[in-house]
Amino acid sequence: MKHLLSTADLTRDEAILILDTANQLAQATGQGVGKLPPLRGRTVVNLFYEDSTRTRISFEAAAKRLSADVINFAAKGSSVSKGESLKDTALTLEAMGADAIVLRHGSSGAAHTLANSGWISGSVVNAGDGTHEHPTQALLDAYTLRRHLRDGAGDLAGATITIVGDILHSRVARSNVHLLKTLGANVRLVAPPTLLPFGVDTWGAEVSYTLDDALVGADAVMMLRIQQERMNAAYFPTIHEYSQRYGLNQARVNLMNQGAIVMHAGPMNRGVEITSEVADSPQSVIVEQVTNGVSVRMAVLYLMLGGNEATV
Amino acid sequence: MTHTQGRVVLDSADISRALTRLAHEIIERTQGAQNVTLMGIPTRGVALANRLAQRISEIQGSPVQVGAIDVTMYRDDLRMQPARALLPTVIPEAGIEGRLVILVDDVLYSGRTIRAALDALSEHGRPQAVQLAVLVDRGHRELPIRADYVGKNLPTAKTESVQVQLSEHDEIDQIVIRQAS
Repeated sequence: MKHLLSTADLTRDEAILILDTANQLAQATGQGVGKLPPLRGRTVVNLFYEDSTRTRISFEAAAKRLSADVINFAAKGSSVSKGESLKDTALTLEAMGADAIVLRHGSSGAAHTLANSGWISGSVVNAGDGTHEHPTQALLDAYTLRRHLRDGAGDLAGATITIVGDILHSRVARSNVHLLKTLGANVRLVAPPTLLPFGVDTWGAEVSYTLDDALVGADAVMMLRIQQERMNAAYFPTIHEYSQRYGLNQARVNLMNQGAIVMHAGPMNRGVEITSEVADSPQSVIVEQVTNGVSVRMAVLYLMLGGNEATV
Repeated sequence: MTHTQGRVVLDSADISRALTRLAHEIIERTQGAQNVTLMGIPTRGVALANRLAQRISEIQGSPVQVGAIDVTMYRDDLRMQPARALLPTVIPEAGIEGRLVILVDDVLYSGRTIRAALDALSEHGRPQAVQLAVLVDRGHRELPIRADYVGKNLPTAKTESVQVQLSEHDEIDQIVIRQAS
């Protein structure tokens, strides 16, 4: 596979290869090797139509640690704000010799369009497209889960993961459901009915409206951010009520299995979907997710650009 | 690539004797192997480094530092095929700074793997010196590199392949030469 557009495209073996590669790269970085050489002479463009400081920085750090040249292209204040289309931006980047484009875009399917348009010859990594997918986030979540639940090896067969919150707008949830199922985990989705997408029953996950029930027997919980910018106060009565019914507090954490972990893709709304007590507790791996994000993105870029053709 | 039926050139006892001799040579040439760190090159070099470390520590009565160094990202042919899976790098706790590092690999052929290993090693520190131990030297060097310790010199044709099988990975200890077809 030349591009990484959706976790649904990954086979179990491909997903495990990415996680194993991330493991080795994390180890190399942990042993004090500042820069690794495999992407020397390759150019990675971060093309970001939406603000996302943490994802962009993570991709930038990943590419630089592999010795790639990085060009950051933010839509704001660029030719895009003068009305340039995705096509013309892509043609420009192609003319500059981009080997990979990391695309964050507000429209679902933008990465697919870019990859299949014939505008560019390089690889496309989807860094979040609308409410569709965010595959590297799902990969770093799987990596984090595997480290804590499976000693960093193999798949996630038999693990139970509960995903809570705004499933409707969450590209993180979509990507996670595909990948977790590919890796053999049981997935539970919890949200108020208004925040569940049409057709969620076909995703192959258990769906529940009650958080407490869905936490019993879980090995991990992933809290999704309430995306207030997409809400218009239309999906639930008040933030307070949402927080009461779907917010994660310590009493709810205690319902999960021994050794269960708490995850959040960030940025967090403390006091809304998660209490500060839980976010800062030893069971929380939220900060570690950020570190793992760099390793996983290094693995994706290495497997795509390290050889003469993409391995995954 | 398919291979014709192979010819076993070293069996388990031969390999064992060669490793014992290599262990003695290392001890002799390094005055007791006190400052030695063995670094195996994955996959089979690591198994060999572990076996050598065990033999040396049995003879000397003191443990030997042993680790692994993956060279994949430092290879000069990285771009000639799809990106390869990475293998573990394990730097011993004492590090390699100021140590006498002995790289250990199964087969020495073009020398390109060793060149890559020297680059990879330099990312982790500055050894006092680097030496090379191999189980088989099959010739056909493409770089100015030679081994300090050789288990067995096996003159081969370029059309042949040399396969070292070790019980850690292959359930049997033997070295096989095959005619590549």
